[in-house]
Amino acid sequence: MSNESEHSSFPEGTSQEISGRSTLESFAYDNAIVKNFAWATTIWSIVGFLVGLIVALKLVWPDFLGFIPELSYGRLRPLHTNSVIFAFAGNAMFMGVYYSLQRLTKARMYSDTLSKVHFWGWQLIIVSAALTLPLGFTTSKEYAELEWPIDIAIAAVWVIFGWNMMGTIFKRREKHMFVSIWFYIATFLTVALLHIVNSFELPVSLLKSYSFYAGVQDALVQWWYGHNAVAFFLTTPFLGIMYYFIPKAANRPVFSYRLSIVHFWALIFLYIWAGPHHLLYTALPDWAQSLGTVFSIMLIAPSWGGMVNGLLTLRGAWDKVREDPVLKFMVVGVTAYGMSTFEGPMMSLKNVNAIAHYTDYIIAHVHLGALAWNGGLAYGMLYYIIPRIYRTKLYSLKLANIHFWAATLGILFYAIPMYIGGIMQSLMWKEFLPDGTLRYANFLETVTQLIPMYMIRAVGGTLYIIGACVAAYNLYKTAKSGSLLTDEHVKSAPLAESVSTTHKHWHRVLEAKPLRFAVLSLIVVLIGGIIEYVPTAIIQSNIPSISSVKPYTPLELQGRDIYIREGCVGCHSQMIRPFRSETERYGEYSKAGEFVYDHPFLWGSKRTGPDLHRVGGKYPHAWHYMHMMEPQTISPGTIMPAYPWLFTDNTMYHELEGKIITMRKLGVPYPEGMEQKAEKVARAQAEEIANDLPENKTMPVDANKEIIALIAYLQRLGKDIKAVGAH
Amino acid sequence: MIRNVLQTIGGIEVYPIISLLMFFGLFATVLIWFFRVDISHVKTMASIPLEDAQSDENGK
Repeated sequence: MSNESEHSSFPEGTSQEISGRSTLESFAYDNAIVKNFAWATTIWSIVGFLVGLIVALKLVWPDFLGFIPELSYGRLRPLHTNSVIFAFAGNAMFMGVYYSLQRLTKARMYSDTLSKVHFWGWQLIIVSAALTLPLGFTTSKEYAELEWPIDIAIAAVWVIFGWNMMGTIFKRREKHMFVSIWFYIATFLTVALLHIVNSFELPVSLLKSYSFYAGVQDALVQWWYGHNAVAFFLTTPFLGIMYYFIPKAANRPVFSYRLSIVHFWALIFLYIWAGPHHLLYTALPDWAQSLGTVFSIMLIAPSWGGMVNGLLTLRGAWDKVREDPVLKFMVVGVTAYGMSTFEGPMMSLKNVNAIAHYTDYIIAHVHLGALAWNGGLAYGMLYYIIPRIYRTKLYSLKLANIHFWAATLGILFYAIPMYIGGIMQSLMWKEFLPDGTLRYANFLETVTQLIPMYMIRAVGGTLYIIGACVAAYNLYKTAKSGSLLTDEHVKSAPLAESVSTTHKHWHRVLEAKPLRFAVLSLIVVLIGGIIEYVPTAIIQSNIPSISSVKPYTPLELQGRDIYIREGCVGCHSQMIRPFRSETERYGEYSKAGEFVYDHPFLWGSKRTGPDLHRVGGKYPHAWHYMHMMEPQTISPGTIMPAYPWLFTDNTMYHELEGKIITMRKLGVPYPEGMEQKAEKVARAQAEEIANDLPENKTMPVDANKEIIALIAYLQRLGKDIKAVGAH
Repeated sequence: MIRNVLQTIGGIEVYPIISLLMFFGLFATVLIWFFRVDISHVKTMASIPLEDAQSDENGK
């Protein structure tokens, strides 16, 4: 290897005790596991991006790919987000961790078996996600859509990863843990915590469960998870990767190690509090919203500290950035990290959030993060690692450059139209005429304006995919031209156990004690979660109750599950914010007490279509019936897809008994005996709705079809508090 | 809403104080460390990624 130092590293303070080279231990780095994760990320990235392109095209041509339920927008969108986060970025992260951890600890991974179980277990989870999500098995909670058996598998595989990592750290030959390892430990602990807490759910059947939490609590837990999944799955591990690979690629030490330590502690402490900024102006308590904003603003400091530290590591090596694809990708990645981490806190300001939230601005923001930051570091690593483990040179520098420009331009073509479209649509939502009515009273008018932006976005996405395919080809040819060094044999001095740490600086002691360090990081992370979350959890029994809010009828519950299965939440929110522009358009703003029986909550995060919280009773049954069958007939120019299968598939009445029992266990006060008569009650309500629908010769109305259950749910939405005014 | 929440949690007033103290404590500790740390140690740490283990061709 070209830039390998001639000197072995003797742990500080132990050099005198090592008498000579005879004490060096021989061992080998496991490159096979790095190779596995490298190819997994290369292949899954293309799959994830392609699904993204399909859903992007569906927003331009809703009929694209016909009306196959498994390929509908609502079901494919979570597959896209999950595959990009967990399959592309996840495998990239593991590739980086397995490569750098072994070299930073001067030790082989703790157990080859655990490495393999981790790799194959993770791929199995990805495959099960790729099967279950299109089939409609989803919890509907963003980035946590996978159903309970897969959640358990994720927890098990994650623990195996952590066990293998901690085992390696314990048997290390380098006394001090470099800052990258700190980021990896924090990643492992926090993601485990987030995943377990957010996945509390009660199973109804093998692939159906209801969230343990309801309404406001569910929303808070979900966004505590959702936000910190971005922080601890897509940020901290990649920062660890940045701190290892940028110095390696530039052959320069970290610009400021002190800054990296401040970066670490400040980042993990602040990040955990910021989750509520996803719920500004919602029914979440104000104090929690404000805390979320304050901590988000403070996050700029450590984030930019980290970015500056990464970029300044390149001081004196900027000439290399012109030529080396590794550094090119990493510099774009770190720069995008800086932009995203400035944009994020700005969007958490309430006045900015009022404009940006629910729009495509957020879509641009997350793609800047995923494609530029995670993508930049992932491809930088691939171009660094593949030639080294295959003991060869990169097949084509030219192809790598083509990839770089395709990716960079792709990101710009993606993000810029989405930024413009997002702001434009938001301003249209809020525009009033002098007489006090909405200028664009029909939501659809604000959507049709976006279509050209959606087209340009698809072009940007296509460019990025072309780049990813070029990279896969280039990496494949590189691998073919070399041979894999499965076990990279090296030697290093063992860790002298006799070294006393009593007289050392306390932080240095911490650097040498992984367990103590891990406990401390966990405490730091827990503080934010507990102080912010516990008071809100206590509200459950004290939430301002609205006596007229009642549990869903069995048919509505079944309809709600169809709404969840079809991923309606991907385009429709159910949370009207207290703005005049929203109450004018949708009706009374949403109250916390209205969601107490919502397991899970369905507030949504994006409005490609209008909010539905007060849609109940707004239109006749027949409107919904026709709208779901042929949206274009009811709303010409709409991009809402048709759902023909809801008119042919029967409502699964037999599931209701189990669902009612499960809901009651979760605290929903269904009367005694409701589980036995649920089916009868549901059938009677379905008949009522069907009788209300006009006769249709081409397709006779059948009360047993799923569309009837869905209509029952939609017609119930937001109606309960209207009963208060009635008496 | 906030009044309802605050009224129902005993001793809620102490929460912001605890969080402020923890916040201050953590940052004060990190700052103290920042200014007191031994620079030579920091330099060693900064170079850890560059110090590769010695290649062992005979180990195969």
